[in-house]
Amino acid sequence: MTANGNGVNPEKDLNAENLPGRRGDQGEAIRVQRGMFGANNGGDTTGYGGLVRPVRLPGQANRPYGGWFDEVADELEGALEEQSLLPDNAIEKTVVDRDELTFHIAREHLPRVARTLRDDPALRFELCTGVSGVHFPGDKGRELHAVYHLRSITHNRVLRLEVSAPDSDPHIPSIVDVYPTNDWHERETYDFFGIVFDGHPALTRIMMPDDWQGFPQRKDYPLGGIPVEYKGAQIPAPDQRRSYS
Amino acid sequence: MSATHANPSSASARETTEGTVYTVTGGDWDEVVAAAAKADDERIIVNMGPQHPSTHGVLRLILEIDGETVTEARCGIGYLHTGIEKNLEFRNWTQGTTFVTRMDYLTPFSNEAAYCLGVEKLLGIEDQIPDRATIIRVLMMELNRLSSHLVCIATGGMELGATTVMIYGFRDRELILDLYELITGLRMNHAYIRPGGLAQDLPPGAVDQIRAFLKTMRKNLVEYDKLATGNPIFKARLQDVGYLDLAGCMALGVTGPILRSTGLPHDLRKAQPYCGYETYDFEVPTADTCDAYGRFLIRLEEMRQSLRIVEQCLDRLEPGPVMVADKKIAWPAQLALGADGLGNSLDHIKNIMGTSMEALIHHFKLVTEGFRVPPGQTYVAVESPKGELGVHMASDGGTRPYRVHFRDPSFTNLQAVAAMCEGGQVADVIVAVASIDPVMGGVDR
Repeated sequence: MTANGNGVNPEKDLNAENLPGRRGDQGEAIRVQRGMFGANNGGDTTGYGGLVRPVRLPGQANRPYGGWFDEVADELEGALEEQSLLPDNAIEKTVVDRDELTFHIAREHLPRVARTLRDDPALRFELCTGVSGVHFPGDKGRELHAVYHLRSITHNRVLRLEVSAPDSDPHIPSIVDVYPTNDWHERETYDFFGIVFDGHPALTRIMMPDDWQGFPQRKDYPLGGIPVEYKGAQIPAPDQRRSYS
Repeated sequence: MSATHANPSSASARETTEGTVYTVTGGDWDEVVAAAAKADDERIIVNMGPQHPSTHGVLRLILEIDGETVTEARCGIGYLHTGIEKNLEFRNWTQGTTFVTRMDYLTPFSNEAAYCLGVEKLLGIEDQIPDRATIIRVLMMELNRLSSHLVCIATGGMELGATTVMIYGFRDRELILDLYELITGLRMNHAYIRPGGLAQDLPPGAVDQIRAFLKTMRKNLVEYDKLATGNPIFKARLQDVGYLDLAGCMALGVTGPILRSTGLPHDLRKAQPYCGYETYDFEVPTADTCDAYGRFLIRLEEMRQSLRIVEQCLDRLEPGPVMVADKKIAWPAQLALGADGLGNSLDHIKNIMGTSMEALIHHFKLVTEGFRVPPGQTYVAVESPKGELGVHMASDGGTRPYRVHFRDPSFTNLQAVAAMCEGGQVADVIVAVASIDPVMGGVDR
């Protein structure tokens, strides 16, 4: 990777994949940014108030992915074909961004893919570092994302699996029987995002009290808090303060 | 609920579908034991914690015991959940370090470094971090490994009744906390490592003081060997206790000293080096006993290796900046010690308030808005003293993190309690949990 003095990376900027305000319709739109500076309260006197820009996540990568990514993708596709599963049905999308490889997996095929990644001698991702949820309310039909990071100690590699489920049907198959370590991780993600991991041995809340209502890490769940007085001034709660996102 | 005893201080019992449940209050143990003896089986469920001195914080252990044997062990966690991950989404990227340093409060620098490496990767500025900043990060992380392992050994000793080990451990940790205080201004919760570099450079005299510490610590480390390593009582309590083999570690996702006690030299500093660890000369100690004693020996040896790394850091330090040159990311303040504590230097205030309108605007915008991070996600992992500390962070192109998830090693490793304790003795539960070294601030976040 090369970078010139301005912090601009010519290799990456050519296709403008990583710039916040990039044009084109590549990648997945996750929200729409209005105005130049993102402040959502108070008058915008800059003249940029009417600016509308979709914000997109990095999109589908094309072969060759580079490095060991192609090898892993080939092996995975081959291994899935051997199990008479069409790779295109299981792997919805492959993203390569910031030197990291992500397979977007159709949720019904997740356990099979995870087992293949763990057991195939050429893949051998023996360590799962758990699951992390992300909530994209603007990504209609795929609001809830579950993100898994698998580590291969044998081959010294890390890859990411991303699975999505709609808000209206928040079910994703559990992979606890492939990676027992995900027991608590799936409980945590259920607790915070309300993703139901089907097949988990005891999917209960783990951090919040058992009778808690709602799923705190979802974007529509407020942070809460009260205004505080500091040196005579009222400081609003963190989620009430002016934001520039 | 029907009390079966007339004496108000005795345990009341009630029948449930799970069997007889006794509510124990003070001073009635004889009757509890007598009542339990009368029951059909010897099964007793003991709640250990969440307020118990030997569970390392607010960990609740639910033990089903049959005589002295643990037949089932479960953990109840969540008592220290503070919603740090949610809070991060309402602060700008730079403010994040203030939160993550409080997660696993015994490994603040690992948390900060992992978080900042993640932000820097999302920004694509990994190559621009000044060498001096990276070396000081390594220095702080290795001092942190020492202080974390010292607490582990100290509290582990205390839980065995070896209070001398405890006194020694905290005595030596205090030396490191003094260094933290000298360098960051604080003994805990430092927020010293920032996206793009460090909050400030080392103060004058720090290098000499660290060198003096290295000398003292080399001498003190020998005392743990003399006191504990060959001690027959210590060995009898630790050997073959908390057994977890390589297959168990892989299945349960266990990393760190527990994994290395199975003989696998897996250390992210060697496997996937960050912060230039590949250029330092150190070894990854292992044991092949899979037990608490092996983990103790590994921690001792890791402390020796950390001293080696700290020394190499000191030798490499060259004068230079400690914050990235890109002014759109670098925090604009220049800190200085004033009469009312640490704050912006008078020169900086004079510049932005009296000389340069642009500098004032720049300062204001960066501090109130923060910088924008291009959309995308990343996973960055560092080898914290307890194992793989992973950060998954996603940005939506805004000035605040969209989602930050910490894969804390304590959280994952704590799942091994059942595998380590079931079938063993009650007294060994304490040793096994101590050898996992969970910190509830990290487990519950």
